[in-house]
Amino acid sequence: MHWLFEPGFFSSGPVHVALVIGGVSGVVSALVGVFTVVRGQAFGGHALTDVSTAGGSGALLLGLTPLTGFVAGGLLGGAAMEALGTEHERGRDVATGIVLGAATGLAALFLYLDATSGATSGTAQQVLFGSIFVVQSSILPAVVVLAALTVALVAALYRPLVLSTVSPEIAAARGVRVRLIGVLYMAALAMSVGLSSLTIGTVLSTALLIGPPAAALQITRSMGRALLAAALIGVATTWLGVLLSYDSFDWGSSHEAMPVSFFVVALVFAAYLAAGVSRRRPARLRDAEVR
Amino acid sequence: MSTHQHGSEVLHLEGIDVWFGERHILDSVSFAIQPGEFTGLIGANGAGKTTLFRVILGLQRPSAGTVHIEPDASGHRSVGYVPQKTHLARDIPLRARDLVALGIDGHRLGLPRRSSARTRAVDEMLDAVDARRFANARVGELSGGEQQRVLIAHALISRPRLLLLDEPLANLDLGSVEEMIRLIDRIVREQDVAVLLSAHEMNPLLPVMDRIAYIAGGRVASGTTEEVVRPSVLSGLYGHHVDVVRVHGRVLVVAGPGSHDEEHLASDAAHVFP
Repeated sequence: MHWLFEPGFFSSGPVHVALVIGGVSGVVSALVGVFTVVRGQAFGGHALTDVSTAGGSGALLLGLTPLTGFVAGGLLGGAAMEALGTEHERGRDVATGIVLGAATGLAALFLYLDATSGATSGTAQQVLFGSIFVVQSSILPAVVVLAALTVALVAALYRPLVLSTVSPEIAAARGVRVRLIGVLYMAALAMSVGLSSLTIGTVLSTALLIGPPAAALQITRSMGRALLAAALIGVATTWLGVLLSYDSFDWGSSHEAMPVSFFVVALVFAAYLAAGVSRRRPARLRDAEVR
Repeated sequence: MSTHQHGSEVLHLEGIDVWFGERHILDSVSFAIQPGEFTGLIGANGAGKTTLFRVILGLQRPSAGTVHIEPDASGHRSVGYVPQKTHLARDIPLRARDLVALGIDGHRLGLPRRSSARTRAVDEMLDAVDARRFANARVGELSGGEQQRVLIAHALISRPRLLLLDEPLANLDLGSVEEMIRLIDRIVREQDVAVLLSAHEMNPLLPVMDRIAYIAGGRVASGTTEEVVRPSVLSGLYGHHVDVVRVHGRVLVVAGPGSHDEEHLASDAAHVFP
């Protein structure tokens, strides 16, 4: 197996930390992302990553860890989108776009200030494209707690969330507070975006949020299986991404590791294509066979 | 025709008024539904049918009037509801049986429960709407009529005493319309549930309706078809003279001379009126 696992992979401290953070955020993003895809909120999810960029770069400016900023920014941005948005799809879209624009402007300012203050080098790189190999192991407990909270929140919302996704009218008629459920789901989404921003950066965290669920949804018919498949794809792509990035250190003569983010996103894309190929046959035909 | 059990009503509306700004959507609407009855809420598009449903469901607060829903034996005021044009997205990973199971407790927090009793209840309900054969197909990949059946099963599994179906016959081809009416009629008889079904055409429903609630201009007249579908009653609702023509077993409501409202009448009047 030496051709796959370069010497030192399993004994490296940073690799251990990277595998934990990558695995955890891969799973959480996938679970949350299944609902994002099914609810048609990919644009909202992406906007949250831009708000996270502002949060993360702002946090560094204040001397806080980026994770704090990612999550705080995401929660604030999600709240702003909900407050500005209406029940109408187009109104929501516009509210999302407005918040996205404002947040990107703030991020530009903060990143500029980060760079000119000189206190932290490579901030932009770290916020935008992730910092999985330089994350301090002291942040692990916070990551695990945040992940557990996010998964617990989605589990608590599960049934009314599915029902209001299927039909807001039916859910409302059954007494579900559709708007409140949507707001709470937005909070879970913001927390998951914070986690994946830490792993592969804000710019690319959309890939981890949307890719594995989109692949899983092509090959499964029930919610439980879609969640399981998405989580597996999420973990597999992040872990393999970490491994390939580590290995890439020895690929050229320059001895520079290629970024984890690139590998993760490439693998997610490959998983999506593979899932598409495997569902070539019409679903109704496959249904007939299992009956 | 109708089965009056204990003379109690499952639904009683009294003097319901709904205003949207300056528009009077519902104008002192009063009527009642008896247990196990099939009532057709007949009216043109925009007559106020969906608003009336939203009032019954508690989703629209009336400007005036009262809604009384008789609680069932366990004290619940549950009303089953299938909204019009419910569009089930293709990529929702739910099988027909999953959607029906959500009808049991999908409004409660937490993860779905599994038990053999629940599976049995879901299978029974799927049988009741002839949907067993596509129980394991994704709901988004079913035809409009098939989705309608699954949504009815979803609404029925919690055993409500009243089921509201908003335009379930719209967007179905002619053969499917007859099949759907037969199915709903059977459900009324077998599942001990009163049905209030809205439609813009009364003729396909004439053989199965116990009562009709005819809605026009925000006002409702209810009773048997013989009592309601008469020139005197309908002219009062429309606010101008209309004629009722019975021909080849069909009822046509046609506007009288001087009216420009024929396109709003709840029948295919356009074919008989120049």
